[in-house]
Amino acid sequence: MSPIESADVVVVGAGIVGAACAEALSAAGRRVLVVDRGAPAGATTASGEGNVLLSDKAPGPELRLALASRRLWPQLLETLRAELGEDLADVEWESKGGLVVALHEDSIGPLRILTEAQREAGVDVQDLGQGAACAMEPHLTRAVTAAAHYPEDAQVQPVLAATALLAAVRARGGEVRGGTEARGLVVQGGRVAGVRIGGDAVPCGAVVNACGPWAGHFSVAAGAPIEILPRRGMVLVTAPLPRVVGRKVYAADYVAAVASGDVDLRVSPVVESTATGTVLIGSSRQRVGFDESLEVEVLRRLARSAVRLFPVLKDVPVMRAYGGFRPYTPDHLPVIGEDPRMPGLWHAGGHEGAGIGLAPGTARMLADLMDRRRPEVDPVPFRVARPALMAEVRT
Amino acid sequence: MRVVWDGEEVEAREGQTVAGVLMGLGVRSWRTTRGTGRPRGLFCGIGACFDCLVKVNGVPDVRACQRFVADGDDIRPQSGAELPS
Amino acid sequence: MNRVVVVGAGPAGLAAATAAAALGVEVVLVDAGAKLGGQYFRQDALAAGDRFALPVDVEHVADATVWAVEPVAGGHRVHLRVGAADDPSRTGRILETRALVLATGAFDRALPFPGWDLPGVFTAGAAQAMAKGQGVAVGDRVLVAGTGPFLLPVAASLAAAGARVVEVAEANRAVTGWLSRPRGAAAGGRKLPELARYAASLARHRVPYRSRTAVIEAHGASSVASATVARVDRDWTPVPGSERRVEVDAVAVGFGFTPQLELAVAARCRIEGGFVAVDAAQGTSVPGVFAAGELTGIGGAELAASEGAVAGAAAAKRLGAVVEPPLGAMARVRSGRRFAAALAAAYAVRPGWTGWLRDDTVVCRCEEVDLRRLMAAVDGRGADGVRPLKLASGAGLGLCQGRVCGRNVAVLAGLDDTAFARRRIAAPLRLGELAEEEPEVAAADSRESAGDRAFGQDLG
Repeated sequence: MSPIESADVVVVGAGIVGAACAEALSAAGRRVLVVDRGAPAGATTASGEGNVLLSDKAPGPELRLALASRRLWPQLLETLRAELGEDLADVEWESKGGLVVALHEDSIGPLRILTEAQREAGVDVQDLGQGAACAMEPHLTRAVTAAAHYPEDAQVQPVLAATALLAAVRARGGEVRGGTEARGLVVQGGRVAGVRIGGDAVPCGAVVNACGPWAGHFSVAAGAPIEILPRRGMVLVTAPLPRVVGRKVYAADYVAAVASGDVDLRVSPVVESTATGTVLIGSSRQRVGFDESLEVEVLRRLARSAVRLFPVLKDVPVMRAYGGFRPYTPDHLPVIGEDPRMPGLWHAGGHEGAGIGLAPGTARMLADLMDRRRPEVDPVPFRVARPALMAEVRT
Repeated sequence: MRVVWDGEEVEAREGQTVAGVLMGLGVRSWRTTRGTGRPRGLFCGIGACFDCLVKVNGVPDVRACQRFVADGDDIRPQSGAELPS
Repeated sequence: MNRVVVVGAGPAGLAAATAAAALGVEVVLVDAGAKLGGQYFRQDALAAGDRFALPVDVEHVADATVWAVEPVAGGHRVHLRVGAADDPSRTGRILETRALVLATGAFDRALPFPGWDLPGVFTAGAAQAMAKGQGVAVGDRVLVAGTGPFLLPVAASLAAAGARVVEVAEANRAVTGWLSRPRGAAAGGRKLPELARYAASLARHRVPYRSRTAVIEAHGASSVASATVARVDRDWTPVPGSERRVEVDAVAVGFGFTPQLELAVAARCRIEGGFVAVDAAQGTSVPGVFAAGELTGIGGAELAASEGAVAGAAAAKRLGAVVEPPLGAMARVRSGRRFAAALAAAYAVRPGWTGWLRDDTVVCRCEEVDLRRLMAAVDGRGADGVRPLKLASGAGLGLCQGRVCGRNVAVLAGLDDTAFARRRIAAPLRLGELAEEEPEVAAADSRESAGDRAFGQDLG
């Protein structure tokens, strides 16, 4: 295959968000080149649980994007199946639902306030008592005080999802190049004319910064800095088991941890079975820069919280722990749109732990904006020119 | 000492591993894979491959080649992925 | 912190512990086995007592699994579970050290071939461990196959345990032939008598030894009933028409060894060419972490012991002991490495093995991933890194964490194989064990360090 010498759009970053953007742009007829300095789907995407969640989002712009994304995922998978066939389009999609559980009397009230607001915002959620929750998840601790069931919460295997999206891009004549670092932009007349890759310049009309936790670094190299920071997360993986957890089950305080900007380690249990039988145990959130070292204390706290939620897991082997960096913005909203300081430079990132779920909605919004179409979800809250992201372009 | 293999009492000696006892009895396979139900037994013999998994006293996923028997151990074959009982 | 912690009680670890203790420092020797000696000096587990004696002031922690090594300020924290293997009731222990000696050894490399997942196919190391440690022959009629001198003692042990070894199939050139050639003999002169003993033992048992021969398939319904062996060319491509069926109930295969790298990787030691890179004092790229034995290159027990002696002295020096460079051991390490390099070149795995596989041949035993599924992830999904490949194919995601399949999968996918050795949890433990309160770290004493220099630098 001869390498692409020019492209309509170069997507920098071949994680789930870059892959989804490339898919949406190639579906719109653009010639797309995706580059990644490492292996495609090899960093944050390979460290995610594959959440497609509505349950962990309070009403607001992110929930609106999540609702749109949740509708788009099955459509996207249908498209991939038609173009790539069953095997290559398999992403272990499971619309299995989520169960948020309260473990104290005093977390019932806040949970009910959240579900009421979510229902008004269009989320399908049922309030459950202890009995109904334990009937739904027989291995769940009897210490549960109340629960909320979200039938629309779903899961995909993130690497399968990203590689399937990239396969579609290739099938449409696009190209995916791993081990290829984009070092900056070629700028002509004040707008993007290409991207610098190694010693070469690849001419293109637009560049999408989908570098995940490293999006801040690339934005600096591109001459239009935005504030995207890494937050570290660890996940434990058990040996394969018979199905012990039917849904994605997490404690109500997870929602608070997601929204928190604390520097300190936050651990709240998130437990779910995967299609291959393993149980994934998250989730920790910690601001430690790009430090990859193991911290046994984090693993211990994850284990403790999981055993508390599902006592049956106590004697089960844990065989793996993986960690990754999630990209977050200071105001906890993704950034999707063109950079007003550098026409032709687009950003798509800052999804923190929700990138898998929000990828299709993000990609659709980006493609609509690039085509000067009005997106289904209001893009204004996600714009680049907002105070939290770029102090120098206050609006 | 005596241990129980799949419901039957058998002789065992101090220092024997579960795999040593089972191979001594002529048992070649004591677990099945969870995907296709294929038989498996000892493979690497030194604890690296996790193929010789067996249930000991209700706990699955015990490496038969690494586990020394103790008097009265209840040893059972493992069928695919199992939960501790 | 002021103690040497040695992980692994094989030839390298024993020598390291002994050397460090002789220099007057506190030493803790941690090992997974019940008895000392590791895989090479595999002791009869059924016999009373221990063949090896450690200096009295070395603490031997037996039945201990190191499940994590964590860098902390000033050194490393070694997390243990001690007790019956894989039992939820093991007890936790933490050792902190400024001088960590990794001597975690290696395990047999097995190459996949159709039928290798049948019960009755073992690694050569399994056959050896069962014969020497448990007094059990893995079969009545056994085919020993693979490459390298290790096949000879395995066949001899099997014969001594009462098995009929129907054939030893060496895929490279004959070991005895190589050793009698000038290069081999010059490099491995000291090995000759040992190997001659094994060869004589095999001749006595009338065991045929065939070079350029490989097992390319095992047959049977629920267990091995026969195997196909074939002549192979220099690259291990089977010679058409040379296939033979042999009736056997067991096949023992060994294609060299794979080092147990995960603790070294966790300690962030630099890996080069698949092994831990060390200096003349066995120091790794990480100050305070030393490596000895098969971790630094496959070279056998004698070289491992020499490396261990050097590493033990270097570790003691790091804690402030006054140490004369162990010049004799260092010289033995240099000559041992020459032999190891010559051996590695003569008994390398050749690329033709990939041609033994069929689409439905299992490559990852834990997750039952066959060649077709692996290559679909590589070609169809473009997975070109170890993490995405594992997650896209399933290979390497099972309980062994890629120990068995990692190198083979990496070759098939065209990736760097050491990336499979990254295991944050070095050995599985039960979730309840992990959930326990952190064990107390033994209080560090206040002995001052004499500095961080290894004596490799003293030699200038």
